Amino acid sequence: MEKFTRLTATACPINIANLNTDQILPARFLNLPRSAGLGKFLLQDLRFDAEGRERGDFPLNRPAWRAAEIIVGGRNFACGSSREAAVYALFDYPIRCVIAPSFADIFAGNAVRNGLLTATVSQDDATMLTATLEAMPILPVTVDLDQQTIGCGDRNFAFSIDPVRRTRLLNGWDDIALTESYRDRIAAFKTADRAKRPWAMPGGAG
Amino acid sequence: MDEALTLFDKLWAVHEIARRDDGETLLWVDRHYIHEGSFNAFSQLSARGARVAEPGLTFGVADHYVPTRGRGRALDNSNIARMVSTLSTNATASGISLFGLDDPRQGIVHVVGPEQGLTLPGLLVVCGDSHTSTHGALGAWAFGIGASEVAHVLMTQTLWQRKPSRMRITIDGHFAPGVAAKDMVLAIIAGIGADGATGHAIEFSGAAVRALSVEGRLTLCNMSIEAGARCGMVAPDDTTFDYLRGRPYAPQGAAFDRAVEEWSALTCDDGATFDKEISFDAAAIAPIVTWGTSPQDALPIDASVPDPAREPDAARAKYLRDALDYMAIKPGRRLADISIDRVFIGSCTNARIEDLRAAAAVLSGRVSKVPGLVSPGSSLVKRQAEEEGLDRVFRAAGLEWAESGCSMCVGINGDLVAPGERCASTTNRNFRGRQGPGARTHLMSPAMVAAAAVTGRLTDVRPLLAGRKI
Ligand code: SF4
Repeated sequence: MEKFTRLTATACPINIANLNTDQILPARFLNLPRSAGLGKFLLQDLRFDAEGRERGDFPLNRPAWRAAEIIVGGRNFACGSSREAAVYALFDYPIRCVIAPSFADIFAGNAVRNGLLTATVSQDDATMLTATLEAMPILPVTVDLDQQTIGCGDRNFAFSIDPVRRTRLLNGWDDIALTESYRDRIAAFKTADRAKRPWAMPGGAG
Repeated sequence: MDEALTLFDKLWAVHEIARRDDGETLLWVDRHYIHEGSFNAFSQLSARGARVAEPGLTFGVADHYVPTRGRGRALDNSNIARMVSTLSTNATASGISLFGLDDPRQGIVHVVGPEQGLTLPGLLVVCGDSHTSTHGALGAWAFGIGASEVAHVLMTQTLWQRKPSRMRITIDGHFAPGVAAKDMVLAIIAGIGADGATGHAIEFSGAAVRALSVEGRLTLCNMSIEAGARCGMVAPDDTTFDYLRGRPYAPQGAAFDRAVEEWSALTCDDGATFDKEISFDAAAIAPIVTWGTSPQDALPIDASVPDPAREPDAARAKYLRDALDYMAIKPGRRLADISIDRVFIGSCTNARIEDLRAAAAVLSGRVSKVPGLVSPGSSLVKRQAEEEGLDRVFRAAGLEWAESGCSMCVGINGDLVAPGERCASTTNRNFRGRQGPGARTHLMSPAMVAAAAVTGRLTDVRPLLAGRKI
């Protein structure tokens, strides 16, 4: 997994509360492998109309924000379906960081496993950042995971992230490698548990 | 005396393999369900050259892409055929039992798991699908995971988690006739918001929850994810045990009775505390429909949609305007004046036998003013409904009686609501484009969908039930 330490990039505000993963990557693209390049389908029905024409008023289509690597989102970002492909679409666009007042749980877990930073800020800071970017779209935003700060123009403010997720992103750690080191404890648990809860086996086989 | 524990605390403790100083805990997974969407996780396995650790605890179901018409014929859509066959190839190669397209037990994963007795009280159940919360209805701890976690569970039968906060939602009192579990859960989501339970494990309690059948509890827990919850659960009781007795994969005979003794201890201790407590009065809940593009946009059927011009908060006014625009509803319009183009009865939320009976009770002897599709939650539900003659009621009303699958809940099998069409639906998500690009969805109970079919508009089902056996 790619590490995340510090990023300076353009940031695109998409100020929609409860933006769900069905919108981030519509279900009709879920049969595609990641290698198909899901970034081009990111936010498909918000970026394009039914005839496939770009919607000029959608932020990510504005020239200044086309190449954004950061999204400033609304509250409860990426709620709904657990589809990890929503993270693939963001990451492959390539978005490396989403700043929002809150994130849905499953999405936040999926994001960290793919090197995408979810930076939680207060509603006031999100509103301020959005307003700043709307006034000066090309103003670069710097996200520093080590310091847990966001800088934009002369503003600098903190964001929060679960400390475990922060460590994972900083180091690019992967769960499987970690779990491997618990192999013996897992085997011991399994033996003890089978004796204790025989009914937990399918068919209660024990 | 030991510390008083919530049901969730007890389930957490049983599954804990190891806990690190930072709070990350390695948990044992009892059941893992997979479906066509699991192909991303299997790709991760093959990239690592890894194998499935516990194929005996993993069960596959074909549901998301399966056609609801022409079963038994060769699949004519190559995309769909590939999704369904990739699942069976992966399952077979790994020794995973599969309820595939032609299996008489096939259905929607969250209907099949409980129906087969695979989901049991006290189990940790996961699936790469957010509505895995459904299984909490049986007193299981069940939640949806992403593809990387699916791969992790396949490889290790374990999962890393941090303990969520605990929340209790108590619903006391009695439901009025014509009001169902769906109305209860829509009222809850409207009350606390689409992120009202984020980071929390919900335990549902109270007299009205106890009075629900297992089917109703499944509906309730199914939609706990729509309030952002990590999971939703109901402590197991005699209703649960009666439901499970004799199910194919549940313990049998004396082993079942011994299990019941242990399951009976899975309750919230007196004096246990929650991080958040909310209560509702069942008697105050009326039949509810959604009007917007999030399940939280829900109101009693006798209400009118909001008027953004009267909303003092600018951000909220914009939210209302955008939702009403998409839904093509005039501000302030009465819900009961909104006409619909089609109905859908199906999905893991509301397509069990009790749901089909509730819809049929309204439709019996009546005709639908709009076209519609009925897709039972599983092939076994379909068979039972046919034995009870429910299929004849739906057909006589002019609705299509189809095979089981996710169908029009998400539309990826080709069952779509056309752009601009308005659908009264028993599903769980009224997101923009969920039932097809440009589709407009109103969520409600099966009885309310049946009522909408009869009148061709959003309708209070209660008058239509007068003099009927329900
Ligand atoms: S019926 Fe709908 S919500 Fe349920 S599993 Fe299928 S797609 Fe998901």
